Amino acid sequence: MTELNANTPLPLVPEPLPPSRGQLREIWRQFRTHRGAMVGLVVFVLILLLVGIGPLIWRIDPTYVDFRARNLGFSAAHPLGTDQLGRDTLARMMAGGRISLSVGLVAMAIALTLGSLIGLLSGYFRRLDAPLMRVTELFLALPLLPLLLLMVTLFREPLGKSLGPAGGTFLLIVIAIGATSWMQTARIVRGDVLGLKQREFITAAQSIGTSELRMLTRHVLPNVISPIMVAATLGIATAIITESALSFLGLGFPPDFPTWGRLLFDAIDQMQMYPWRVILPGMFISLAVLSVNYIGDGLRDAMDPRIRGR
Amino acid sequence: MRMKRLMLGAAALSVMAPAAMAERGTDGQLNIIYWQAPSTLNPYLSAGTKDTESASMVLEPLAGFDTAGNVIPKLAAEVPSRENGGIAEDLKSITWKLKPDLKWSDGSPVTSADVKFTADYCMNPDGGCAQLARYEGVEKIETPDDLTITIHFKEPRPNPFTAFTGSQSPVLQKAQFEACTGAAASTCTEQNFGPIGTGPWVVKEFRTNDVVTFEANPNYRDPAKPAFATAMIKGGGDAAAAARSVLETGEFDYAWNTQVAPDVLAQMKSAGKGETLAAFGTLVERLELNMTDGSSDQPEGERSTAKHPNPILSDERVRRALSMAIDRGMLNEIGYGEAGKPTCNLVPAPEAFASDNTGCLAQDVEGAKALLDEAGWVVGGDGIREKDGRRLKLVYQSPINPIRQDFQALIKQWWQDIGVETELKTIDASVFFGGDAGSPDTFQHFYADVEMYANNFDGTDPEPYLAQRVCAKMPSPETQWQGENINRFCDPEYDKLVAELGKTAEQPARGDIAKRLNDMLTKDSMSILPLIARGRFSAKSVTLGGVDMGAWDSELANTADWFRIK
Repeated sequence: MTELNANTPLPLVPEPLPPSRGQLREIWRQFRTHRGAMVGLVVFVLILLLVGIGPLIWRIDPTYVDFRARNLGFSAAHPLGTDQLGRDTLARMMAGGRISLSVGLVAMAIALTLGSLIGLLSGYFRRLDAPLMRVTELFLALPLLPLLLLMVTLFREPLGKSLGPAGGTFLLIVIAIGATSWMQTARIVRGDVLGLKQREFITAAQSIGTSELRMLTRHVLPNVISPIMVAATLGIATAIITESALSFLGLGFPPDFPTWGRLLFDAIDQMQMYPWRVILPGMFISLAVLSVNYIGDGLRDAMDPRIRGR
Repeated sequence: MRMKRLMLGAAALSVMAPAAMAERGTDGQLNIIYWQAPSTLNPYLSAGTKDTESASMVLEPLAGFDTAGNVIPKLAAEVPSRENGGIAEDLKSITWKLKPDLKWSDGSPVTSADVKFTADYCMNPDGGCAQLARYEGVEKIETPDDLTITIHFKEPRPNPFTAFTGSQSPVLQKAQFEACTGAAASTCTEQNFGPIGTGPWVVKEFRTNDVVTFEANPNYRDPAKPAFATAMIKGGGDAAAAARSVLETGEFDYAWNTQVAPDVLAQMKSAGKGETLAAFGTLVERLELNMTDGSSDQPEGERSTAKHPNPILSDERVRRALSMAIDRGMLNEIGYGEAGKPTCNLVPAPEAFASDNTGCLAQDVEGAKALLDEAGWVVGGDGIREKDGRRLKLVYQSPINPIRQDFQALIKQWWQDIGVETELKTIDASVFFGGDAGSPDTFQHFYADVEMYANNFDGTDPEPYLAQRVCAKMPSPETQWQGENINRFCDPEYDKLVAELGKTAEQPARGDIAKRLNDMLTKDSMSILPLIARGRFSAKSVTLGGVDMGAWDSELANTADWFRIK
């Protein structure tokens, strides 16, 4: 893979340069050839537009109860029907998507930052390896649900008071999910960093006296970006699903803030009579998760110099 | 078309039914499903409905309750009263007479010694008896002869029908349980899983939390009963699955507690295999309005205590407006359908104790707004009312349950319409009802302004239930958050009236006092807003006859009379 032809002049520092404009264009060119990733990207952007701009156009309040319009099917007034209290399903899907996607993205960002940082430090600095990995194991061994219960009981009220019930819960949930799902990323990154450390270009960079910080940011991090991307896409999916489970247990958002997970759980009773109420949120969760996964797949291929062009 | 034919067939069958009354054991197997599986057949060791009701197939009390809540004799020859001399003039003792020639299922005679033993068994301080409340105040029990039992109470007892009345306090066989008293009670697995009884059934096999099978009792006092030869109680699943197994697939003859959404139920019923039964007891879904301040503005240890009255809900006009904004009929239609009815009473039954209060049933949004205006709450910029710089904002909590969350959404909107902002909160039911003094989320802590749940009282006499609302029974840190005066209602007049109820024995007078107490809590002070009187709701197959479900005793207490409609 990295064998160099004897005739090509050996570059002095064979490091991947920070992505310049040209490189970004190259990644995009590569990305476009990945059909699944392109479809995923289009779907994800559509979902983002729907939940982002949709509520500005479709202005029905998702929590407005209309008794005369209970259990309606698809119609012009309610394109996706109404639920058992006459609340508009389209408005609820959009409001729910906003919360679910933001929880997914923010929690993933937290988990990713934590995981990459700990993985990098642990893989690169031999002295930090053992303690950091023990911490990782400690977190892996923690039972998630009791921990979340404790966090919610302790912090819901003070947070809710200063940030409002929705803001407080949001912060609590993303931190809770983020703080309990970074371990896999840390493990993967550490493994890759350990492998990278033995490579010639690292030794070369060290020999010219590159500082540690620069080593990490310039040489190591860009080379482990592809596993991080994959972990990130998987992380979004897990975060959306964890949030659903939490809402179901009553530890999540208050019941008047719809999320995709809550819509799904609320509809289970009526699954036989109104299957769309389960299918719609389920479909949106699956679509969001799948599209993000494909985007991640495409990005990895496009950014990994070893796979690129194959 | 096919459905129609089935329905016609069923109708024809039910016309022929009375002719099909048969002798013992001719109707095959009776299949019952309890989606909460029985874990023991000794009702003295479990307060669970599933356990006491399963046990009532085998064990019988001296007297039970009929569908109207009246006491009817079971093992007793007749119900003691003042007229027949069974209840002493000073209300301090009651004398029961057993039916003559009663036999246990093993053939041995039932005597007064068995009855006395049962009371001693439950009242043993080391036994951890789950039904101890039914024997509260019993001083001693005398057995002058083999058929006579006299129970002496420490205090005059206006309602003596607690011990040995109803399926929660049946008679155990002395010979079988003699070695199981005190600390040994829970170790007697064989006895607890297979009690010898006087009822229509004998336990054949008991598998904990799974299935119980029964055979007809050869020594049952009525030689023609039970009509079925064998019976089974299967446990597990959920309410919807249980309802489906009777109403839609017809696998079972009887399903307990089939509480599912009305429209889901309607669809199941359309299969024509079964019908639902509702019986209204004392279970009321209500909003409790906190008379004290539960917000976190107060220091821990003083939240929701009498030290800080609620800044918003202390005003009776606000409470009344909150009640007027609610359409109880709509709530019932969405949440309970046939299994509930809108109510304004905390004590909705039995009839002798139920107030005729129906003033809250009609929704009156304009009236509610006017009342809030009058109370000085004026509409602010965003539609929410304000007074002296304080927003009219309430925290409204409830345990997690799909119907309750629908109710929360509806009530929030109604309150929004009159300018009240509501913050909803949901709590896991096992935490909410868990009674843990360390958890801030229990219903006793009530760290909110409004909370919604359902509660009822045991038996047919509401005295202990109404006595829960006296000032002294407020939960607080000093009482480890125990106490049943959940909304911290406190009115010296009320306390006086409760004391008066304790001294009154004659029926019409007792009923009148109970009604006045009920009205003080509901329509006068509006400190409790009853919403829905919820019934027992079960399902039976169209081919099962003789079922007469009441709300006052075990649903399975009369299985001896059940038969197959042929």
